[in-house]
Amino acid sequence: MPDESVISDEMRAHLDVESDPITYDVEKGAVIKFAQAIGDSNPLFQDEEAARRGPYGGIIAPPTFLRSLIAGEAKSEFPRPFPNNLDGGSEYEFFEPIRVGDRITVTKAIVDLSERQGRLGTMLFTTAETRYVNQLGQLAATQRTTGISYATPAEEG
Amino acid sequence: MGQIYYEDVSVGDEVTPLPKNATSQQLVKYAGASGDYYQIHYDDGFARNNGLPGIIIHGALKNAFLGQLITDWMGSEGQLKKLSVSYRAMDIPDEDLVCKGTVTDKRVEGGVGIVECEIALHNGAGKPTTPGKAVVALPIRGS
Repeated sequence: MPDESVISDEMRAHLDVESDPITYDVEKGAVIKFAQAIGDSNPLFQDEEAARRGPYGGIIAPPTFLRSLIAGEAKSEFPRPFPNNLDGGSEYEFFEPIRVGDRITVTKAIVDLSERQGRLGTMLFTTAETRYVNQLGQLAATQRTTGISYATPAEEG
Repeated sequence: MGQIYYEDVSVGDEVTPLPKNATSQQLVKYAGASGDYYQIHYDDGFARNNGLPGIIIHGALKNAFLGQLITDWMGSEGQLKKLSVSYRAMDIPDEDLVCKGTVTDKRVEGGVGIVECEIALHNGAGKPTTPGKAVVALPIRGS
């Protein structure tokens, strides 16, 4: 661990502070367009007739459709210590299907901060959790995403 | 496409590979459908000014490809429980990508057949740029 942490109290104050909720209607056209955009021809995601005969009785969204239900801005901007940012990865957990006609309420919060020395110098790892709750109040899914913030070697003293 | 059952799966089995090739047109369609309009995915000059070799594929689109790898394989009666990916390297358009997976664990939990897979998207050179894991529930015969 470096002697001086890049994680400040100001950053820690953002932990677990949820964004203002945004509620989305899951529209059939948007689901079909998403499935087409990712090149997924699964009838469950776009063929009403076939999907009606399937286990869900209608069209459901592809798992990563949730990516299009974008959370609101954080209540205040997170003070990133470095100019460069990478998308480190994503972890979805699914509890309920997302059906056409659902109303999904989305909130997001930073849930973890950590730092590490690596090939890009000091790197700050920011883990955020997005929660997707349906109109029945059921937690339908969560997504954890990890952002990596780093100073380029050229910019280090 | 037939339904795969828990009993059909053994540790070490291969998930049916899914080839993909993301054109610049697909990246634009994905930007529109997902709402991710970051210009590094469709504006070549913008991408180069940001130190990239040119436009690159959205990480979330690669995540979607890996999602399809699993939803195609598990069939309509399967349920995706978890899907995780790490973005280890960038991928560029017009390359022959392949999503692959291997079954690493299976067990029955509360009457449900749980199967875990290691998955990865491989670039045109065969290198895994986007590894991850998936957990699915598969139907059990006769239940």
